[in-house]
Amino acid sequence: MPNPAESLTVNDVRHVARLARLAMVEDRLPAMRDSLVAILGHIAQLQAVDTKDLEPMAQPLPMRNRLRADEPCATLSMMEVLANAPKTEGAFIAVPKVLGGDSA
Amino acid sequence: MTGDLVDIRDKIARREITARAVVQSTLDRIAAADRTLHSFHEVFAETALASADRIDADIAAGRRSGELAGVPIAVKDNIATRTGRTTCSSRMLETYRSPFDATAVERLERAGAIIIGKTNMDEFAMGSSCETCAWGAVRNPWDTNRIPGGSSGGSAAAVAANLCAAALGSDTGGSIRQPAALCGVVGFKPSYGRISRHGLVAFGSSLDQIGPITHSVRDAALLYRVMAGDDPLDSTCAPEVVDDPLPFLEQMPKGLRIGIPAQYRKGNSPAVDAALARASDSFRAIGAQLVDVELPLTDVGISTYYVIAPAEASSNLARFDGIRYGHRASGNFADVNALFSASRAEGFGAEVQRRIMLGTYVLSAGYYDAYYRRALQVRRLIKNEFDAAFTQCDVILGPTAPTAAFPIGGVTDPLSMYLCDVYTVNTNIAGICGISLPAGFDDSTGTRLPIGIQLQAPAFADSRLLQIAHAFERTHGGREHPQ
Repeated sequence: MPNPAESLTVNDVRHVARLARLAMVEDRLPAMRDSLVAILGHIAQLQAVDTKDLEPMAQPLPMRNRLRADEPCATLSMMEVLANAPKTEGAFIAVPKVLGGDSA
Repeated sequence: MTGDLVDIRDKIARREITARAVVQSTLDRIAAADRTLHSFHEVFAETALASADRIDADIAAGRRSGELAGVPIAVKDNIATRTGRTTCSSRMLETYRSPFDATAVERLERAGAIIIGKTNMDEFAMGSSCETCAWGAVRNPWDTNRIPGGSSGGSAAAVAANLCAAALGSDTGGSIRQPAALCGVVGFKPSYGRISRHGLVAFGSSLDQIGPITHSVRDAALLYRVMAGDDPLDSTCAPEVVDDPLPFLEQMPKGLRIGIPAQYRKGNSPAVDAALARASDSFRAIGAQLVDVELPLTDVGISTYYVIAPAEASSNLARFDGIRYGHRASGNFADVNALFSASRAEGFGAEVQRRIMLGTYVLSAGYYDAYYRRALQVRRLIKNEFDAAFTQCDVILGPTAPTAAFPIGGVTDPLSMYLCDVYTVNTNIAGICGISLPAGFDDSTGTRLPIGIQLQAPAFADSRLLQIAHAFERTHGGREHPQ
C-alpha cells in the first residue's frame, strides 16, 4: 500500500510543532518527519477497512453527560493552588513580560 | 515478611507480626535492591512507619482497622498522592506536589493500606519498556540487563522483587498487563470506568484505567473491590453497582468456554507459543471447552490506538504550559506562545513530543476525517468484533506480549516498540477488561524470563474474569520469584 504520509514535508512538521506549542530546533525536524512518516505509513492500513455507515465511537461506555447537583463544597485554598506555580508574587502567578505579536 | 498481600494482611490482623515490622522489612529490601532495579522514584519511609504505628495501635486496642490494614502498597507516579511528588517520570512535573489524593489511593488508605512510595514509569505512561523514564531506566528483577516492560514497569518490578505487597498501575494500551507479564506477576486492567480516574494524570481519557499489579489473583480481586465503584469526582466512572469478586473466587467456574483467536497465534516467540499451549491444557484440565473465535481486526488495533491515544494525549497534555504548574523555561520571550513552546520543549522528553506531534497532526485541519474520525469508526468495528466473539465464549485467551522481556536498548525504532502492544491495545479500545497471569518462562537466552498469558472478558464481567483467572492460577501453578 502506498504511504500517503510520504509527502509530509519538513515545513509541515514545523507547522504541526507550532500548533502543538513545541519549540523544535531546525536540526530535529528531519528526524521527526521521518519517524512520523514511518508511523503514519503503518496507520495507513486504516484506509483499507470498510467503515461505511459506521458511527464513530469516541468512548466505550454508552453514557450520556452526567450532571451533579450544584452545591457548595470545599475547594483548594489559594495557597494550595499557588504552591505548584513556577513563580508567584503575592496572591498571583507571575509570568515574564509576554506582550507582543501572537505567533499563532 | 514477603509474599501475597492477603497473607501479610492476615498475619498483621492476627498479631503474628506488626505492621511496623512489615514496613521496616519492606524499606530494608528497597534499600538493598532498588539501587539496581530503580523501580522507585520516591520512598515514603517516614509517613509509612507512622501509618504502621497507628495501625498497630488500632489493632492492639481492638479497633477496626480495615481490610488492607498494614500492607505496603506502591503507587505509579502518575497517580496523585498528597505525600511526596507526582512526577509522571517527567521533567515537566519534577517538583509537582499534588494537593489531593487520587480516589483510588484514598480508598486504599481508608482500608488501612500503607503507601510505601511512588514507582518509575515511562514518561507520562508513553512506552512499553520504562526506558523513557526521565529519571533513568527501570530494570527487570529476573535479568537486570532487560526491560521490565511499561509503562507501569516500576510497579511490576517492585512487586516481582517483593519491594511491596502490591502496586497500582495505569493501563491505556497494556501498561499494567505487559509489564506484569514480563516481570512474572499478575496485572489486572478493569473495564473502562470501573475505577475512578480522579487523580490519574490524563493520557488517553477514553482508554485510561487504574488497576492492581499483585502476586496473586486473590490480591488483585481484593484491591479491585476496595477501589472500584462510582465517584462523584469522575463523571466517566461507571454508575453500575460493583459485583464483589471475593465471594465467588473459590467456586470453580462451570460450563466455561475459552475463546482462542487464530489471530493471537501469529508472530510469537516459540516460548510464548509453548506457554500458550500449556495454558490451554490447564483450561482443559478444569473442564473448560476451547472454542475457535475470530478477531480479524487484531492487527488493525495498533493503528487505531496510535491515532486515538496520541490525539487524546495531545489535547490532555495541552494543559502543561509552564504557567500555573510544571516546568517553565527561563529567559525572555517574544510572546506567550514562545514561552509555552520553550517550556514544553524543555519539559517533555522525545517520545512524549513525538506522540503530541502525531496527535496534533491527526486532529489538524484536512486530516481529522482521514485519521481521527476513521479510527473512531474502526474502534466501533473492533468493539463489535469482541461482542460477537463473546457470544461464543466467556473469556478470550492469548499471550499478553509476543515475546519475553528484551534487553535494555534492544528496541530503538518507535514503531517496533508500538507493535509490542498488539495483544493489549484492543482491550482498551473496546473498553473491556483484561488480566495478565504468569504462565511460564522463556529459558532460551540462558536466563529465566517470565511469560504472561492474557484473559479478556466483556465490559463489567470483571468479577467473572477474576474467578476464571483464579481457577487457572490454581491449576496452572508454577509461581516463582526472581533470585
